[in-house]
Amino acid sequence: MLRMTGIGKSFLGVRVLDGVDLEASAGEVHAVVGENGAGKSTLMKILAGVHTPDEGTIEIDGRSVAFGHPIEAQRAGVAIIYQELTLLPERTVAENVFLGREPVRRGLVDRAAMESATGELLSSLGEESFGPRDLVRRLSVAQQQVVEIAKALSLNARIVVMDEPTAALADHEVELLYTLVRRLTGRGIAVLYISHRLPEIFELADRITVLKDGARVTTAEASSLDTATLVRLMVGRELDSYYPPRAAEPPGEVMLSVRGGGNARLHGIDLDLRAGEIVGVAGLQGSGRTELAKALFGAEPFTSGEMTPCRPRSVREGIAAGIGLVTEDRKAEGLLLNQHVRDNALLVARAAGTRRPGIERLLERVRLTPPRPTQEVRLLSGGNQQKVVLAKWMTVAPRVLLFDEPTRGVDVGAKAVIHELMRELARDGTAILMISSELPELIGMSDRILVLRDGRIAGELPAGATEEAVMHLAAAS
Amino acid sequence: MRRALPIFVVLAGLLVAIAIANPYFLEPPAFLAFVKRAAPLVILAAGQYFVIVSGEFDLSVGSLITAEVVIAARLIDGSAAATWPVLALLIVLGLLTGLVNGTVTTLLRVPSFITTLGMLLILSGAIFLWTGGAPRGALSPQFRELGRGSLGPVPWSVLILAAVAAAAICAMRAGFGHTLIAAGDNDRAAALSGVRVARVRTVAFMISGLSAAVAAILLGGFAGVSAQVGQGLEFQAITAVVLGGVALGGGRGSVVAAMAGAFTLEALFTLLNLYGISGAVEPAVQGVIIIAAVALGAVSLPRRRAAAAS
Repeated sequence: MLRMTGIGKSFLGVRVLDGVDLEASAGEVHAVVGENGAGKSTLMKILAGVHTPDEGTIEIDGRSVAFGHPIEAQRAGVAIIYQELTLLPERTVAENVFLGREPVRRGLVDRAAMESATGELLSSLGEESFGPRDLVRRLSVAQQQVVEIAKALSLNARIVVMDEPTAALADHEVELLYTLVRRLTGRGIAVLYISHRLPEIFELADRITVLKDGARVTTAEASSLDTATLVRLMVGRELDSYYPPRAAEPPGEVMLSVRGGGNARLHGIDLDLRAGEIVGVAGLQGSGRTELAKALFGAEPFTSGEMTPCRPRSVREGIAAGIGLVTEDRKAEGLLLNQHVRDNALLVARAAGTRRPGIERLLERVRLTPPRPTQEVRLLSGGNQQKVVLAKWMTVAPRVLLFDEPTRGVDVGAKAVIHELMRELARDGTAILMISSELPELIGMSDRILVLRDGRIAGELPAGATEEAVMHLAAAS
Repeated sequence: MRRALPIFVVLAGLLVAIAIANPYFLEPPAFLAFVKRAAPLVILAAGQYFVIVSGEFDLSVGSLITAEVVIAARLIDGSAAATWPVLALLIVLGLLTGLVNGTVTTLLRVPSFITTLGMLLILSGAIFLWTGGAPRGALSPQFRELGRGSLGPVPWSVLILAAVAAAAICAMRAGFGHTLIAAGDNDRAAALSGVRVARVRTVAFMISGLSAAVAAILLGGFAGVSAQVGQGLEFQAITAVVLGGVALGGGRGSVVAAMAGAFTLEALFTLLNLYGISGAVEPAVQGVIIIAAVALGAVSLPRRRAAAAS
């Protein structure tokens, strides 16, 4: 029914998809898997008409199609159910299903027709827990997914893409989703199912396509694969980048320690960070990685448990305790984009009221190129911006420095510099915690790796653990 | 500074134009009289700058000025002895209004546009209630000396303006100024770097309230008591700040440029006056300026961004 052939796409000169083939037939669940950044989302957005491919063709029922706009994909029978649901919370279920194409009678919206049509769709999906007149705001995430699917059906969708549909569901809701997916395939709809969670893929999928670094690794019958093989296919690659050597000496004194740390997103966190070591944190999206860093730092504090030297209740307490956080989203949370390098680098020191250190030497130390303090930060490359963030924390010489995705959106050269700086900081006695969704980085840099799953530490792996081992711990359920 | 430069060019151009129409304008007495007339607005613009650069607005300063003048007249009622205590009270009142504006905006998370609009209405309603529409009492000569008199050849208001300008520049160069701009540029990043965003913004509102109190003291002396003395001044101050190239939404622009914007506005009104154009068009001119200044800022920003990306 669907055949995508040789799909290629580049963003700003970076090739994110390279000659990818994907097909799906009526009544099939076809799972698309791969690490973060493998190109799954881009491929799906091309199918949905959000992006146009640079090369390759899409055929639906043997007819070649080219989508310039999501509406065109919708008309061709493609529906996407995104991870973040896109319903209007203050409207009713029926209003959402028919949004933008309400049935009209004598110039007025025909509510009765709209509601009865929605009611039929819902009952055809076996949904009885809510009705067409309920407000979407009052529905659970799982129920909202049903509304999205009803909407897709009302548009006569024949290909339904589900992007991480279980990410926000409770366990008992996952079973309901399985039923729903089977109902769709029972109607002859092709379902493209994107997920990190391997058990549910084996539960649902007829076929599995593995993407890695923007290329297709394989497409195989689900029954011909097992978890171990699939994980190897997803991550199997050589450590092709250079990482600075690990510290020769064993780690020093404990700089930060947590026992039983918990809050709304984290449970029973026990960890010690020692001077001189880099501790990696792995975990899938939504596993609580960022929340862990923010809790340690005091931005989203732990509400229970012990922490030494202190359990910070605010960012200022965290900074006063000698903790720093290099945030995941540099532009939104790390930098003052309209200000000069100098004002960014001095921000923490100024806010803390400590003496201003010599900024020129620091900029050279972080290898800012060129090390000019009077450039506006928004004009810098991603790598240079990250070096400024590092400089900002180095002005106050924290005992513990937390890094959330330290090299995201950073070019290869700057990446190596940031890795070297992290090692230097560790060598000078800083304890470092590094969250990364890039497994080679995690394995290349970490002295040991903590794996998070569902807000808990699922296990710890020593330096040199394999990517398979990390993925197993992170994805098992 | 690059961004601030145009306003100085415009100001110089206007001063030259005035000098051409009135050759005596650049003589010290006439020029000092101009500065004296501009002083309240320049001080008010400096106060407004602190609020705007932190990413907020203060619409309450106009009616705060009216309230201060009316209260001063009633409490002093011509008595020399009451002058100094009442001056102190006016300062406290300005700071307190700013404290309320700042606390409601930062702690209750009411957008400052709404908070200070509410304060504007509350203050003007309170004045009306209290005075019944016609202010009573009178300012003492000692009070009016600050707005009208001079120390030797230099008017008191010019000296006060110089002191305010120096204090404002110092505040912006100190750690406070830097954290204020940081909060205006990206409050999330600032908070995650340990900046007390709510506190610095509240202080900015208090500075704005203080500047309104000082402006009220000068205006009361200069223009006397009326229930309209502060009317529209909040918009003049905001126009002046925007004219100085300070970005609405915060994080960009200098206090010197904001004050230059206030001088420019005053010079423009002087010029219109010289050419015999009715004062009634002033609000219209101001409206055109504020829209044009913001639009020009909005046009130049994407262009800069495009240049950055290439």
